[in-house]
Amino acid sequence: MFLQQLINALTIGSLYALTAMGATLIYGILGILDIANAGAYLVGAYVGWYIYYATGSIVLGFLGSILLVGLLGIFLQRTIYSPILAKPRTLSIIPLVAAVGLFTISSDAVRLICGPNSKTYDLKFPMEIIQVGKVTIQPAWLLIFALTAVLLAILWFILNKTKLGLAWRATAGDREIALICGVNTNNAMALSYILGYGFAAAAGIMTGILYNNITPALGEVPSYKMLAIIVLGGLGNPLGTVIAGLIIGIAEVFLSVYTKIPIPKDAIAFVVLIIMLLVKPEGIMGRRNKV
Amino acid sequence: MNTYYLYSILATAAIFTMLALSLNIITGYAGQAMMGIAAFFGIGAYTAAIITTNGGNFFLALAAGMLVSGAFGAVLGVISLRLQADFLAITTIGINFVMEALFNRMKITGGTLGLTISKPVIFGVKMGNKQFFFLAVIFIVILCLLLVKMRKSWFGMALASINNDSAAARSFGINVNKYQILAFTIGTAMAGLAGGIYAHRMGFISASDFAFVVSIQVVSMVVIGGLGTIRGPIFGALLITSLPEILRFAKDYRELVYGLLLVLMVRFMPQGLIGDDSPLWNALTGLWRKVFPKKKTRADLIVESVKGGEQA
Repeated sequence: MFLQQLINALTIGSLYALTAMGATLIYGILGILDIANAGAYLVGAYVGWYIYYATGSIVLGFLGSILLVGLLGIFLQRTIYSPILAKPRTLSIIPLVAAVGLFTISSDAVRLICGPNSKTYDLKFPMEIIQVGKVTIQPAWLLIFALTAVLLAILWFILNKTKLGLAWRATAGDREIALICGVNTNNAMALSYILGYGFAAAAGIMTGILYNNITPALGEVPSYKMLAIIVLGGLGNPLGTVIAGLIIGIAEVFLSVYTKIPIPKDAIAFVVLIIMLLVKPEGIMGRRNKV
Repeated sequence: MNTYYLYSILATAAIFTMLALSLNIITGYAGQAMMGIAAFFGIGAYTAAIITTNGGNFFLALAAGMLVSGAFGAVLGVISLRLQADFLAITTIGINFVMEALFNRMKITGGTLGLTISKPVIFGVKMGNKQFFFLAVIFIVILCLLLVKMRKSWFGMALASINNDSAAARSFGINVNKYQILAFTIGTAMAGLAGGIYAHRMGFISASDFAFVVSIQVVSMVVIGGLGTIRGPIFGALLITSLPEILRFAKDYRELVYGLLLVLMVRFMPQGLIGDDSPLWNALTGLWRKVFPKKKTRADLIVESVKGGEQA
């Protein structure tokens, strides 16, 4: 029983980590709380669904969706976010409002274009449900673990072993200094958006496969929950986000199974967050800003 | 359009105007990112509703809603001292979700069934939309007069300095902590008052009336109208509450248009439609000056000559 719940929790947790990774990458560079990332998650799930049904290949669905949504991310960064940030003395609430607007547009556009009814992936796995003693493991869970691991490995490689990743880290550290040193910060921002929106799209497809159900309301819960996760992870820290995603997954599953707290599952993330912010305001992996 | 319908829209607009003005104290004047005003709107609404359904006086209930909401707001104000801008934004979003969940689960707030409140009778008149509208307008007028006075007071200037640069304000010996907590307390107390009026006007409240979407709506009103002004939030509240009526022809595209409007606003006019320095407001004030030219005082002449000297 305990082991089964733990596996459940880790599956949900790694999905959360993946969902919040996009927003983390964007925050790391631009300092925007990008709620619209949940829109990318929703659009990604639908684009993946259409490609899967057109071609019959889920791999193409993943790749196509990640690419298309990533390009959408760059487009939004160039046309909306960067001009807003370029204005002097912008209140932090302004880009957040833009993101909320974009999220509203994406949910409603999906509803109008794809219809309000839910769609199912009905993915056939070439393997049976694994039964080890009392513990069952769904093939979809294995897919999620594997894909999360692969995507995180790719992310680690890009950020730590490539020149573009170096530019990203430099820009995240201090944009102005990076610019002075000749780093192409524009490319680093574009990298944030293509990776950020691509990750969100992949997470959207995986959620669609796991629950076998996508609706235009798919992005609503992640839109705020991922904010809690990226803050827990220390705002803009990819490793912290993975840990925070797992913590939230574990907290949700175990608190709702073993205790009778009067708080619904989706609000637990914020309870954990509020408690943690009061104890350690800079996040799990965050650095304390010295004033 | 019959008058009953008109007053129902006006009453909603007036209540949201109160909310927008209260958020403006926290976000516009003190510069603190507050994304959960609906939670305090709800605390006020439930407090007032619980008091009147247990036989309490209507005005007493409004005052109690205001006090309880303000007390919670003061606690948030203390918390806000520890958190920087984005952390505060997310924390307030979180508070909104947790409060909504609690409203939905607690016995005293009626759980998922919500609370039914009978309309109060005042001086023998049963309060309807019309009466609630005028009641809200009275509060708005009082609030605006206070705000005009506040901006010129020491408190208002202290808030402006915190908004500009809180570290610099601190170095000038301004008690940043005190004023910041005060701004949160006053703002949330006003939201609580609006909540009390809302609960009695609707006759029924449930948790979803105080969801995060409502907070976003209020933020949009303030941003679209113009942060940090008095006219901006009022205009924004009127515009956003009447938008569903204006967009009636595009019923199915309403959300889409709403989102588009938000994005275009912050992209091209982050100072708001009629905020300070917005093109529309500059044009309006320019027109005003042309029609009613100000008599030049000695000080103006000096300023002009100095400016002329700089250009030359």
